[in-house]
Amino acid sequence: MSIPIILFLVCALVAVAGAVVLILAREPIHSALALVVVMMALAVLYLLLGAPFIAAVQIIVYAGAIMVLFVFVIMLLNAGVEERTDFSKLAKFAGVPLGFFLLLEIAHWLAHSPIGAAIANGAGSSAGESSTTELSEMLFRQYLFPFEATSILILIAILGALVLARKEE
Amino acid sequence: MDFVSQHPVLVAAVVKIAVLLFIVMTALAYLTWLERKVIAHIQSRWGPYNVGAHGLLQPLADGIKFLFKEDVTPPAADRLIYTLAPFLALALGLSAIALIPFGPPSALFPNGQQIFSVVDLNIGLLFLFAITSMGVYGIALAGWSSNSKYALLGGLRSSAQMISYEVSLTISVVGVIVLAGTLNFNELIAAQKGYWLHFIPRWNLLPQFVGFLCYLTAAIAETNRVPFDLPEAETELVAGFHTEYSAFKFAMFFMAEYANMITVSCLATILFLGGWLSPFPETWTWQNYLPGAGLLMLAAYCAWNTVSEMRGIARLQLGVVTLLAGGGGLICLYPPIAAGIQGPFWFTAKILAILFFYIWMRATLPRFRYDQLMSFGWKLLLPVSLANLVITAFVIIWPLLRKG
Repeated sequence: MSIPIILFLVCALVAVAGAVVLILAREPIHSALALVVVMMALAVLYLLLGAPFIAAVQIIVYAGAIMVLFVFVIMLLNAGVEERTDFSKLAKFAGVPLGFFLLLEIAHWLAHSPIGAAIANGAGSSAGESSTTELSEMLFRQYLFPFEATSILILIAILGALVLARKEE
Repeated sequence: MDFVSQHPVLVAAVVKIAVLLFIVMTALAYLTWLERKVIAHIQSRWGPYNVGAHGLLQPLADGIKFLFKEDVTPPAADRLIYTLAPFLALALGLSAIALIPFGPPSALFPNGQQIFSVVDLNIGLLFLFAITSMGVYGIALAGWSSNSKYALLGGLRSSAQMISYEVSLTISVVGVIVLAGTLNFNELIAAQKGYWLHFIPRWNLLPQFVGFLCYLTAAIAETNRVPFDLPEAETELVAGFHTEYSAFKFAMFFMAEYANMITVSCLATILFLGGWLSPFPETWTWQNYLPGAGLLMLAAYCAWNTVSEMRGIARLQLGVVTLLAGGGGLICLYPPIAAGIQGPFWFTAKILAILFFYIWMRATLPRFRYDQLMSFGWKLLLPVSLANLVITAFVIIWPLLRKG
């Protein structure tokens, strides 16, 4: 096996394991940390796909900023251990089998349909590493309007949060 | 042998990481010695003096002491995270240094690998920020998992402080990125080549002076150093986030703090002080002999000190230092080596200057109050660094706009 494949398998396993721990952990902080692990594993997967910029931004924004705020809030509120209720009956008898069925179906599709096989063999992914310069050219030339529209949307969201958080006088 | 020839990049990287780790760990140990010595002399004291000549073996003694102390875990602590936190802090602090180029990329091994940098990433600066942005976790988790009020308050303070100052830190750097148009460390340094009026180096220090000041201030806050060391303010919080830590886990936080200091000094050197570029024009060939001459002067001073002041075993210890410095100095005078170590020499000299400034600040300034810290970060530092970025961008764009 070549090194990229080994790296992929390790990171994919770590990502899935982190996601499972995220759901099953009883301490909120453990869940948050599991989510950080998932983010890191995903960042390595982005690197393997030849998107180093996205990988770095994934770590800076998600693991380094958003999750730090999560951890900060959990620490500040001193959230206790979560109460565990039993799985609902619906989830146990319908959800789990259906989930497995979906997984099987995706696997079957990847293995047998021509489009799935093409995607699995790397069609549609760019050849080699895409540079940050190319990415910014796309972002600030071709997709300038959606980019600016998104930033205004985010600004509006910030203002909304400010208005909601302000104390009534 | 097959594996070695098939994976030249991997093998070279592993070897370089091992060498770099050894150098950085030694540097960390002696940075504590330097700090204690400098602060002591600023305050008219001697500092460490008894363990080895001039306290030179003090870091070693401290390390051994930390290894053999009892490692206490508070009974109510979250054991997993309590153990994980110091490892996380140290691992992140050390791995950031692996991205730094310590010399010109033209210096190559026979198999075509760069000698002075472990990796030469196109997104080097972004990746460094990615690693340092994770640094909050070590401190915040240590504070939370200790299950102690003081530690929790320290952890909360440090998260709030590091999030606040990281914004200014990143924005103050963007001005340099705009000037150079790249995120690669070697290209960022190469963009600072050349001279104004044939002798003033074209470093970013002059055009980005405001950015440099913002970066330096935010970097001190990022590394939790005086005057921004609120997370471990001993008058209020005992020792802040590492109150409950003992033995080697405590030492790991200590090492992580010094590793972070080295990282931000390296970054300041690369971004604003021209990295491994020499401050003198290339035609001044005598500068090649500066490192050797400096070491020989150090050896001469040590020899004089050995004979005139030291007694007993200290005389032997300082004698060894004299021989090492003298031998090193002679080797550095050999022309090919003298030319080859120019890059790392200037890089190290600049880092040491910034570290000295750090220590000087610690010996001079009192600590901020917490509300002062927050209003300074958000109301002064952030607007100034933003204004610096906008003005820089405008100066770059202006000629393009005028052309139409």
